Amino acid sequence: MARLVAGVATSHVPAIGAAIDLGKTGDPYWQPLFKGYEPAKKWIAEQKPDVIILVYNDHASAFSLEMIPTFALGCAAEFAPADEGWGPRKVPVVKGHPELAWHIAQSVILDEFDLTIVNNMAVDHGLTVPLSLLFGQPQEWPCQVIPLAVNVVQYPPPTGNRCYNLGLAIRRAVESFDQNLKVMIFGTGGMSHQLQGPRAGLINRAFDTAFLDNLTADPRKLARMPHIDYVREAGSEGIELVMWLIMRGALDEKVREVYRFYHVPASNTAVGHIILENEA
Amino acid sequence: MKDELNPFDDIPGTTLFDAQRSRQGYHLNMFCMSLMKAENRAAFKADEAAFLLKFPLTDAQRNAVLVRDWNGMIALGGNIYFLAKLFSTDGKSFQQVAAIMTGASQEDYAKMMLNGGRSIDGNRSKSQPATPPESKK
Repeated sequence: MARLVAGVATSHVPAIGAAIDLGKTGDPYWQPLFKGYEPAKKWIAEQKPDVIILVYNDHASAFSLEMIPTFALGCAAEFAPADEGWGPRKVPVVKGHPELAWHIAQSVILDEFDLTIVNNMAVDHGLTVPLSLLFGQPQEWPCQVIPLAVNVVQYPPPTGNRCYNLGLAIRRAVESFDQNLKVMIFGTGGMSHQLQGPRAGLINRAFDTAFLDNLTADPRKLARMPHIDYVREAGSEGIELVMWLIMRGALDEKVREVYRFYHVPASNTAVGHIILENEA
Repeated sequence: MKDELNPFDDIPGTTLFDAQRSRQGYHLNMFCMSLMKAENRAAFKADEAAFLLKFPLTDAQRNAVLVRDWNGMIALGGNIYFLAKLFSTDGKSFQQVAAIMTGASQEDYAKMMLNGGRSIDGNRSKSQPATPPESKK
C-alpha cells in the first residue's frame, strides 16, 4: 500500500525562482536564504519520495476570473511550466501520477470533498519554486508530482478547517491506494506578506513563529482561526497559509519536527519552511 | 458591531478582493490577463488607449490604467495578481510596485524590508490603532 510519510511546508516567492534561474543564489541578498534550504535538500535526497502531492495556489496563470475552482487536482501525466508573462521558467516539465491522482479524486469526492478534476493545467511559480528549493536544478524532477491548486486569490478561500479536513481525507485516500509508494505532501505559500496597498511590506514574525509552533503541536487550534486573523495579522497574501493545513491534516496527530527555517525578506515576503515526519 | 460594516474594512491600507470587487473589476482584470500573450503586450505598448477600448472598462478604470495609479486600480476592482501582468509588461517588479503603493521611495521600501518589513504594531486596526499590550510579544 502507499504510505504518506512526511510533510513539507515552504513559501513559494517568485523572486526565489528568478534568483535560481538567473544564477544569483550566491549573492549576499540571497545566500542566507538558500543556505537555509541546504539541510532540506539533503533530507529529501536521502528520503527519496516516489510521489509528492503539492498544494499551492495558481496566481492568475492557469485560472483567470473565468473559472475559480476552490480545490483543483491535477490528474494529467504531465504539467508544463506556465508562461507568467515573461516566458516559462526553464525547469523540467512536471510528471504527474495519474493513477494515484484519479484514486485520490475518487476517494475524496466520495468522502464528500467535491474537488475539481483537471487534465490540462500549466503550473506556475507556486508549484515550481518549492521543487527548485528542495531539488535544485536537475534535468528531470526526481519524483512524480500531483498538483493540488487551491483558490486563495478570490475571497473567500476555503477555511482552515476545511483545508485540514481535506488533508485528513487525502491521507485516507493515499493509504487505500494499492501500490507500494512513498508519498509526501507539500503545503506552500505564506508566510506573512502583503503585496498591495499602503500596508504592503507587512511582516509579522511573532504570528509566523506561533503558526509554525502550532503547525507541529496544535494544528486543530490553527484550523479554527478565521480568515480575518490571517489577513489582519499576516497580510492580505498571508492567507495563503491555509494551504499549509491541508499538508498538516494529511499527517499523524503527533509528528516529529525535523527541520525549521525562517528568513526575512525575500522580496516582500517572510519565508518559512518546516519539515514534519510521521512517527511510524 | 453593525451588520452593514465589513470587518475587513477595519484593516488599514488593505483591500479584500471579495465578490463585489471581483464583479466590479472583472473586465479590468481580464484586460490584464490578456497581457499574458506577447502579441497583446505589443499591441498595448503600441497604443495603450486604443488597446483598452477592446475591453468594456469604466472611464475611471481606463484612466487609472493609463496613468498607472495602482492603488486606484485596486480600489476599482483590480487584483494584485492580475495587475502583475500589467506591471510586468512595464518591466516592474512586485517590490517596485509595492513601494509605489505605499508612497515610499524604492530605496526606503527596500531598506524597510531588509530591516524586517513593516511592523504589525499600529497596523492592525483602524478603530484601535494602538496595539493592546496583551497581544505584544
